[in-house]
Amino acid sequence: MRKLLRAREAALALIIAGLVGLITLRAPVFLSMGSLDTIVTDGAILSMMALVQMLAILTRGIDLSVSANMALTGMVVALLSRAHPDMAVGLTMALALGLGLLLGAINGVLIAYVRIPPIVVTLGTMSVFRGLVFQVSGGAWVNAHEMGPGFIGFPTARLFGLTSIVWIAALVILIGWAFLAHVRKGRELYALGGNPVAARYVGIDDTHNLMLVYAIIGLVAGLCGYLWVARYAVAYTEIALGFELNTVAACVIGGVGMAGGRGSVLGCLLGALFLVIIFNALPIIDVSPFWQQAISGFVILAAVILNSRGDRPLGKLILRRTEAAPVAGAAS
Amino acid sequence: MTSQSETDRPILSLQGIKKHFGGVKALDGVDLDLYPGEVVALIGENGAGKSTAVKIMTGIYRPDAGRIFVAGEEVEVHDTRDAWRHGITAVHQETVMFEDLSVAENIFMGHLERRAGGFLDWKGMRRRAAEILRELESDIDADAAMNTLSVAQKHMVEIARALSHDSRVMILDEPTAALSQAEIHELYGIIRRWQAQGKAILYISHKFDEIFAIADRWTCFRDGAWVGQGRIADVTEDDLVRLMVGRSVAQLFPKPEVTIGEAVLEISGLGNAREFDGISFTLHKGEVLGFYGLVGAGRTEVMEAIFGLKPIDRGEMRMNGKPMPHGSPREVIDQGIVYVPEDRQHAGVILPMSIRDNLTLPLTRALAKNGVFLNDRAEQAVGNRFRERLSIKCASLDQKVSELSGGNQQKVVIGKWLATHPGVIILDEPTKGIDVGSKSAVHAFIAELVRDGLSVIMVSSELPELMGMSDRIIVMHQGHTVRELARADFDAETIVAAATGLGRLQEKRHA
Repeated sequence: MRKLLRAREAALALIIAGLVGLITLRAPVFLSMGSLDTIVTDGAILSMMALVQMLAILTRGIDLSVSANMALTGMVVALLSRAHPDMAVGLTMALALGLGLLLGAINGVLIAYVRIPPIVVTLGTMSVFRGLVFQVSGGAWVNAHEMGPGFIGFPTARLFGLTSIVWIAALVILIGWAFLAHVRKGRELYALGGNPVAARYVGIDDTHNLMLVYAIIGLVAGLCGYLWVARYAVAYTEIALGFELNTVAACVIGGVGMAGGRGSVLGCLLGALFLVIIFNALPIIDVSPFWQQAISGFVILAAVILNSRGDRPLGKLILRRTEAAPVAGAAS
Repeated sequence: MTSQSETDRPILSLQGIKKHFGGVKALDGVDLDLYPGEVVALIGENGAGKSTAVKIMTGIYRPDAGRIFVAGEEVEVHDTRDAWRHGITAVHQETVMFEDLSVAENIFMGHLERRAGGFLDWKGMRRRAAEILRELESDIDADAAMNTLSVAQKHMVEIARALSHDSRVMILDEPTAALSQAEIHELYGIIRRWQAQGKAILYISHKFDEIFAIADRWTCFRDGAWVGQGRIADVTEDDLVRLMVGRSVAQLFPKPEVTIGEAVLEISGLGNAREFDGISFTLHKGEVLGFYGLVGAGRTEVMEAIFGLKPIDRGEMRMNGKPMPHGSPREVIDQGIVYVPEDRQHAGVILPMSIRDNLTLPLTRALAKNGVFLNDRAEQAVGNRFRERLSIKCASLDQKVSELSGGNQQKVVIGKWLATHPGVIILDEPTKGIDVGSKSAVHAFIAELVRDGLSVIMVSSELPELMGMSDRIIVMHQGHTVRELARADFDAETIVAAATGLGRLQEKRHA
């Protein structure tokens, strides 16, 4: 519990609460069930992708190819659904996971074994994957009526009132949290990003770990590619264009340190939630579409600045403090 | 030349310079006078404060107390530009260069020359760079990219850079480390030309043959304090060694009485292509084996190779009598050997991680349930145990290591390794840069280790500490083990002489 209420996350949660309050004053409809449902569903894909993006950032890397992976995987499964409208949803998901994993593994091999910086590798594969979307689709759209009913229906089918996309996200996030907090490999990723040299001295092998990170990112990107196409019921070449930057922004807002080794699942989720609220609220409070992008950029910057203030090192502990004294800021 | 210049006023004079970093005194009131047309050799052990003095003269550090005079006038040196203005330039020990820029750009970076209109005068600078290089009798092309040059050539460029300032005082900090014998002789020629031009030269070196070949006078620092100066003609090599060491091992070290047991780690004929060769030694149970040598003698490289971080081309390693293959750090740790590296921040702790997570990092595998899931309770227990045992000062184990003081960070690093229950622990400069209190805590701790039956290899550049704590000392020089002394034969002068390569020379003369 103490860990849950760490200052940085608490501050961000307060900012979000304030933001929601302000929006609701202007447009009470924002707090309606329908609107909240949209936010949660929209937030599902972003949270999953921000979470895996965090794995890359934790290890001092970045994955810019995530949205291209989603687009390519989404397009391929949409085309398959057009060819075989009766394909089982389970098979579709397995194919999406498999293709995403393959694309992520390509990144992983280039980064971990060929030793090319992640930003260079994923910038390259981003173009390659996006280009392949054109290639497989011939530039054409796959529309709702061409896809199988199960294919489209599944992500928005409801279970206990929530769409299955939200349940899937909850499961992915739970696994992600357990992995980072309670599995040895997860701890090793923090060590690797916090100080790669020191990690080497304790025998942590960066090659395997980096391979693992980019493979996981690909796996989840593939899954999200299918969910995205099915949710919006259309597949076209520009699916999720620029979405990789939203995943990075969610991480940064959530306090994931770009220098590596620092970041929590909770922070990452709050970052994603913050972004989704901004994106959804601006149309509701009648901000001109011409302004929306600039304003969301401005708000993101403001959140990052506010958040980074908590980042400054407290200074070395030189004075001896007594056990019982509360640690100022409880920043750790 | 010398007798006449001694009557002159010094060009540069330091008086009572003090500098400390945190609790560590680097310089404690040192004096230094440089006269025109003279070469002064600044001598002293590792950590005597030579490089700190250079950094104060060139404005990289500000002194806490003391005065600097240039040609009799008191000055303040705030930064390197100030130093240049006063005619002081230095060729630093480690060349700091812009690898992707050209030679000419490197020479003029920081004082780029402009022509009318404010535009950079590249043509002029290239011409000047070529002139300076010609003056140095070097065939380096001024337009060549820095990263295409050899280490020795880069050093030449560094010297050319110093020459591009119209300087009266030239400081050379270990200038020959990267140079071949022929290049060293060229350097002597350059220095003699500078002398003839009336420049003052400060020559910092550990190599006595160079000092006697080129210097007119000497000044000696020891432990940050000034111990003397004089004319080179009036001293012998042995005198200089005595001046550098010159202290009694007065500090008390908690050397425990431990019966030395059977051989634990046996190394024979270890060597690799570039760094070391013919390294042989045996470490016994309960023993503290000290490694002494000058900076760059290859001690760290040997230890890193044993730990699996550097290649080994030749030689054998045996652990507890069984051959030990050269493996990854993971495999070496599993053999019971751990390595506490010299640079804590760089290689020791993971700053953004909590104290507990740092302490248990090498153990996560062993503690984890089924080898996969982290065991928080066990980790907390290990954390508490080592926090107590090492008296790590912290408010909570959840605190980040970045909030701890240097001494406590060092304790975390050592604790991390102890938690793995190793048989052999290699400590590389375990007390470097930490305060006196933490130092004695580390010493007490080493004593406790050997009492518990561990074997310790201690690499240290601090001779008193090494002599106080070791059962045997092995001296390295230029990648070879040159001397091995048992505790009864410890003698500071013998050890320093061996480390500077004198021991070898003398042996050769006897032979």
